[in-house]
Amino acid sequence: MNDKPEKLIDKKGLRLDGRRFDELRPLKLEVGTLPNADGSAYIEHGKNKILAAVYGPREAHPKHMALQDRTVLKCRYHMAPFSVQERKSPAPSRREVELSKVVRESFEPAVFVEYYPRTMIDVFIEVLQADGGTRCASITAASLALADAGIPMRDLIVACAAGKVDDTIVLDLDDTEDKLGVADVPVAYMPSLNAVTLLQMDGKLSHDEFETAVNLALDGCKTIYAMQKEALKSKYANVEESED
Amino acid sequence: MSVITKVKKKEIEQFISKDKRTDGREMNDYREMRIEQGIIERAEGSARVLLGKTDVLVGTKIASGEPFPDTPNDGVLTVNAELAPIASPSFETGPPDENSVELARIVDRGIRESKMIDTEKLCVEPGKKVFVVFVDIYVLNHDGNLIDAAALAAVSALMNTKMPNYDYKDGEVKIKPGYTQLPIKQHPVTVTCAKFNDKLVVDPWLEEEQAMDARISFAIDDDFNICAIQKGGQGYFEPKQVLEAAKIAKDKAKQLRKQLDW
Repeated sequence: MNDKPEKLIDKKGLRLDGRRFDELRPLKLEVGTLPNADGSAYIEHGKNKILAAVYGPREAHPKHMALQDRTVLKCRYHMAPFSVQERKSPAPSRREVELSKVVRESFEPAVFVEYYPRTMIDVFIEVLQADGGTRCASITAASLALADAGIPMRDLIVACAAGKVDDTIVLDLDDTEDKLGVADVPVAYMPSLNAVTLLQMDGKLSHDEFETAVNLALDGCKTIYAMQKEALKSKYANVEESED
Repeated sequence: MSVITKVKKKEIEQFISKDKRTDGREMNDYREMRIEQGIIERAEGSARVLLGKTDVLVGTKIASGEPFPDTPNDGVLTVNAELAPIASPSFETGPPDENSVELARIVDRGIRESKMIDTEKLCVEPGKKVFVVFVDIYVLNHDGNLIDAAALAAVSALMNTKMPNYDYKDGEVKIKPGYTQLPIKQHPVTVTCAKFNDKLVVDPWLEEEQAMDARISFAIDDDFNICAIQKGGQGYFEPKQVLEAAKIAKDKAKQLRKQLDW
């Protein structure tokens, strides 16, 4: 890593990459990028580059994991060895085991799991390049991949982090801000249901700062939500939106 | 969810909708709590926490080792959790599964982010030699809310941990007789709330845990800052419930600190 900068936010209130406190990094979303998968999506969020693939509903494997009244959601969050500064061993780290669990739990409330008893839906997430906020970008992409696979959902899940850098609550921390900042609060959200499906935090925040951070993250989620819908529309442009 | 849990879930939800709980507690009550420290003589520190029938033992060990390259002046903290099959019919032998990894990482974050241990004082030679603090969580009986019980046991064990005296020569650490106290700056308290529809309860026991929509845990430091959060479970929280849970956690932490004299 480079030498630690003295200030992460300058006198004009601009961050190291020139963003204001409430600005997202540039986002690019693509749907249906992997031909073999039942559903897939690619996200670039800042320097994050992440692929998500969905296979299923398909036969449960191993079979004893099958449930009689619902499908089983499985998720693997995995980072490529070259995705970070120091090579990461390809074997799953404890961090990846935990993230696979919380990411899976962030989809659970969205998917109509009871529609496909005795089956399994696999969600595979590969982080090709990491730049802070990979879990959020992964959730945003995986939710598009689930939609692309035609799996019925109550809403899209969208995720975004807020945090504290120097003395300011900011939206969407990048790698440097995450490492040198005071706190990071990743949030996953289903906007139409007003449901928070993932919430974590590390760092140090007062009660009021936490409240500000959550609200800022939710605003970020709503912005990305609109982009998710656009990404789906651009693949399925020939499908007319129906007015209920 | 098993058939029995589904039937129970209805009953538990009916109770909770009337601000009552199946074991007779108030919504924001912890179960009876008991802490014993220093019960494993071979360990540098130890504590056993009974939270109702939930029983968690934590032992700490201290060894010399290398610092991480990005923190050359800091000692190392390593937290591990064992969900041993003695503790519950649902625990299996084998390598740590996602539940034990998650438990260890939640406890780790509470200790690490609150800066409980003064890790700079564990440095022997910057970039070369530091002390490593191993915190091993052993669940002896699982009756719900392992997170709060394990966090409490881990913090109690660290407060009870002795640092060995040592000599440092030619890159080798030689342990001498005698001990000092492990340098500690904070005493984080972790509070977990379970969500049932529009209600929240503190310290869910096993039956509640199996039937809850979701849970959320907050680690609160001595100055009542939030230093770690984890949402878990298959359900969701409304944003206002998250803030409500944060408020409950802060109030409960205040009360627990008084009770524990931390």
